[in-house]
Amino acid sequence: MIEKKIDLTVTSAPHIKDRNSVTGIMGNVLIALTPAFIWGLINFGLVKPLLIVVISVIASIAAEYIGNFLFHKKSSIKDLSAGVTGLLLALVLPPSSPYWMVVIGAFSAIILGKMIFGGIGSNPFNPALVGRAVLVVSWPTLMTTWTNPVYKGFSSMTYATTTSATPLAIAKLQSYSNLIEMYGSKFSLYKALFIGNVPGCIGETSALLLLIGGIYLIIRKVIDWKIPVSYIGTVFILSFIFGKDPIFSILAGGLFLGAFFMATDYSSSPITPKGKILYGVFIGIITVIIRTFSSYPEGVMFSILLGNAFVPYFDRLVPRVYGVFLKREVKA
Amino acid sequence: MKIFTYYPGGIHPKEEKLTKSTPLVNAPIPEIVVIPLLQHTGAPNTPTVKIGDRVRIGEIIGNSTAAVSAPVHSSISGEVIGIEDRLTPSGVKSQSIIIKNDFKEEWVELNPINKLEDLSKDEILNRIRNAGIVGLGGASFPAAVKLSPPQGKVIDTVIGNGAECELFLTIDHRNMIEFPDKIIDGILIEIKLLNAKKGIIAIENNKIDAAEILEKRIIERGIKDIEVVLVKTKYPQGGEKQLIKAVLGREVPSGGLPFEVGVVVQNVGTLKAISEAVFEGKPLIERGLTISGTAAQKPGNYIVRIGTLAKDLIDFVGLTKDLRKLIFGGPMTGVAQSTIEVPVVKGTSGILLFGEEAFTMSPEEESPCIRCSSCVDHCPTGLMPVLIDHALRKNNLKLAEELHALDCIECGVCSYVCPAKRHLTENIKKAKQGILKQRKIEAAKKAAFEKLKAQREKQSLEKEAKQ
Repeated sequence: MIEKKIDLTVTSAPHIKDRNSVTGIMGNVLIALTPAFIWGLINFGLVKPLLIVVISVIASIAAEYIGNFLFHKKSSIKDLSAGVTGLLLALVLPPSSPYWMVVIGAFSAIILGKMIFGGIGSNPFNPALVGRAVLVVSWPTLMTTWTNPVYKGFSSMTYATTTSATPLAIAKLQSYSNLIEMYGSKFSLYKALFIGNVPGCIGETSALLLLIGGIYLIIRKVIDWKIPVSYIGTVFILSFIFGKDPIFSILAGGLFLGAFFMATDYSSSPITPKGKILYGVFIGIITVIIRTFSSYPEGVMFSILLGNAFVPYFDRLVPRVYGVFLKREVKA
Repeated sequence: MKIFTYYPGGIHPKEEKLTKSTPLVNAPIPEIVVIPLLQHTGAPNTPTVKIGDRVRIGEIIGNSTAAVSAPVHSSISGEVIGIEDRLTPSGVKSQSIIIKNDFKEEWVELNPINKLEDLSKDEILNRIRNAGIVGLGGASFPAAVKLSPPQGKVIDTVIGNGAECELFLTIDHRNMIEFPDKIIDGILIEIKLLNAKKGIIAIENNKIDAAEILEKRIIERGIKDIEVVLVKTKYPQGGEKQLIKAVLGREVPSGGLPFEVGVVVQNVGTLKAISEAVFEGKPLIERGLTISGTAAQKPGNYIVRIGTLAKDLIDFVGLTKDLRKLIFGGPMTGVAQSTIEVPVVKGTSGILLFGEEAFTMSPEEESPCIRCSSCVDHCPTGLMPVLIDHALRKNNLKLAEELHALDCIECGVCSYVCPAKRHLTENIKKAKQGILKQRKIEAAKKAAFEKLKAQREKQSLEKEAKQ
C-alpha cells in the first residue's frame, strides 16, 4: 500500500454546504431578465436601447470599482451584483434617454444607493430605483419622454421613432375609454400590454416575458413568491375596489418588473415570511394610491422605495420559534 | 401509508448513503484501547482500576455516584497501562484508561435472562445503568436517566428514532435491517419501564426496506402496541424535537425536554443496546458505526470496540488519497478532528474521511450577508440565524438571547444554505456558550450579593442588640 499523507484541518460543522453562491444568484437574475431585455431591444430599435444597457452596466461596474476603492473595500465586482443593478436601471429608463443621463443614473445607483451604506447587503433602498429616482426628480421631462414601439412584426421592422405616452399616462391624463379606443378593444389593449407592444421603459413593457423571468427565479428559489404575489394581488384587488380595470392595472406600467425584480431585492426587502407578505401588500396599497390620487401616472418606483424604508418594521413579524407559545396557544 | 414530517424549514441535500447495503462486520480488535472516563452528558467518572490491573471485557473501569452519569467498561481483556488525560472526539480532554490487549478475549460473567417478566422494573433500570448505556445517536445522554422521568410525569409514547437524517451515515439503517428484534425488544422494555401506551418507530422514507422488515417482525410476533411510521426524508427530520412534532404533532416547550410532552425518544441503536443489556446482561463495550467519506478505501458499517483509536480504523479501511479532514459523526453536525489519535467513544456514530475536496465541500471564506433570508426560511426551529450572527459579531449577547439563540438545535442548516458562506451555526453556538457563561456569572454575582446582604443585616442586628 502506498502511504498517504495525513494533514488534518479542523473546521466547525457543517462540513458540507450547498453549492450556491452570491455570484450564482446574481447570474440567475441576469438570466431571468434576458427575455425582457431582448424584447426591449427589438421593441425600441436595437442600437439605442442596447447602448443604454451597455453604458449602464459598464458605468455601474465602474462605480462599484471606484466605490470599493474609495471606501477601502475588497473588490466586489465578481459577485455580479453591480451588473444586475446596471441592467435593472437600464430596463427602467425610457428608450430615448441620453447617454450622459444613464451614466449619472448608474453612479447614483451604485454610489448613493449602495456603496455609501457599506456595499452589497447593506443598502436599505433598491439601488437601481435610487438611481432612477435621482433621474426622475432631476430631469422629469427626459424621464417621461416615451417613444412608440417600432416593432410591428418581424417582416416590417421600421426604426423611425415617434414620441407617445404610456398607456397609464393616457388613462390618467385623458381617460381609460380613450385608451381602449386607441387600441381598438379591451382585448387588444390587454394583448398589447401582455406581449409588450406599448410605449414604456426599455424592459418593463412585456408582462409575459417578465412573468417568465419571475417564475424562473421562483423555481430556482432565488426569490420568494410571497412578495410578487402579495404585491400584484393587492394592486389587483385595490384597483378593483377603486373602480378601475384590475387586469389593466396589473399589466400596465412597471408593476411586473417591479414586483419580480425590484421589490424582491434582497437587502432592501424583509427577511421574515410574514414581513414579506405585509411588505408586498404595503407597496401594493401605495402603488394604487399614487396611481389614483397623485399627479404621477405610475407609482411602482416610489412605492417600493417607501416600502424599503419600512422594512425594519415588517421584519418585526418574526416567525414563531419552536416550543415558544403565545399565551393563547398554550393548551389547557 | 401516510408520510409524516415537521414544518417549516429543513433541507434536502444529496444523501450520500454510500454504505447502506454494506452489512455490519467486525472491525479488527485493537492492540490498545483508550477509554475516556467522560463519554456521556453529565458528571465524569472516576477510575475504579489502577495501572497494572488486569481487566476482562465488560469490567467496570470508571464509575460515578452522580445521578446523571454512566459507567465505562473495558472493551478488551488485558492490562491497564496508563491513566491519563487524552483528547476525546468532542475536542475536550478527559481522563482516560489505556489498556493493552492480551487477546485472550476473556469476558466478565454475564447474566442473561429469558423473559422480561423475570426482572422487576428496578432491576431492568439497574441493568441499563450498569451497562453504561447512553444515547448512541450522538447526544450521549445516559439512558437510565432518560428512562426515569420525574415523579408525576406521564409518558404515553416511546419513539424509536430510525430517521437517520444525517448524510453519509447508515448505521441506524443497518441496525434496523440486521437486528429488528432487538430494536423491538428495546421499545418493549421502555414501554414497560415508563408504563407508556404505545411505541412508534419512525423511519425516513429513504429506508423503506428497514421499515418493512420491522413491520413484518412486529406482525409475526403479534405485538399490538408498536407502530412503524414513515417520515419524509428531510434534514433534520431525526432531530428529537422535529421528530416529535412530525410524528405526534406535539411541541417540546422552549428549554424543556421531551418528557414534558409525554414522550421519550430513543435512537434505534440505543434500543438495540438496551435490549442486549437487559436480556444478555451485556455492557456497552462496542458499537456499530459507519466509516465512509470520499477518502475511505473500504467504506462500510463496522462493529468497533469502544476506545479503538481512529488511526487503527484508518489503517484498516485504507485511504484512497491524502487525508485532509477526519470527522467524527456526520458531515452536518460532526466534529472535525485535529489528530488521528482520538478514540471511538459511545457517541461515535460515524467516522468520515475526506481528502482535498473537503475544502470545496465547505468553503471557509465568508462574504457579506446579502439578506437573502435563506437561513430564516430553512431554520427548523423558526429562528433568524442571520440576526443572531449579527448580534454576536456586535458582542450583543442580550440581543442574541432575545432572538432565542438558546433554542438553536445546532443542526447546521443555516450555514448549509447560506450563499455567502457565513459561519452562522458556528456563531450561534458561540452565542449560546456566551449566554450560558453570562448567566453563570450573574448567578454567582447574585449569590455573592445575597451573602453580603445577609452578613450586613446580621451585623446591623447585632449592633442593634448591643445598643
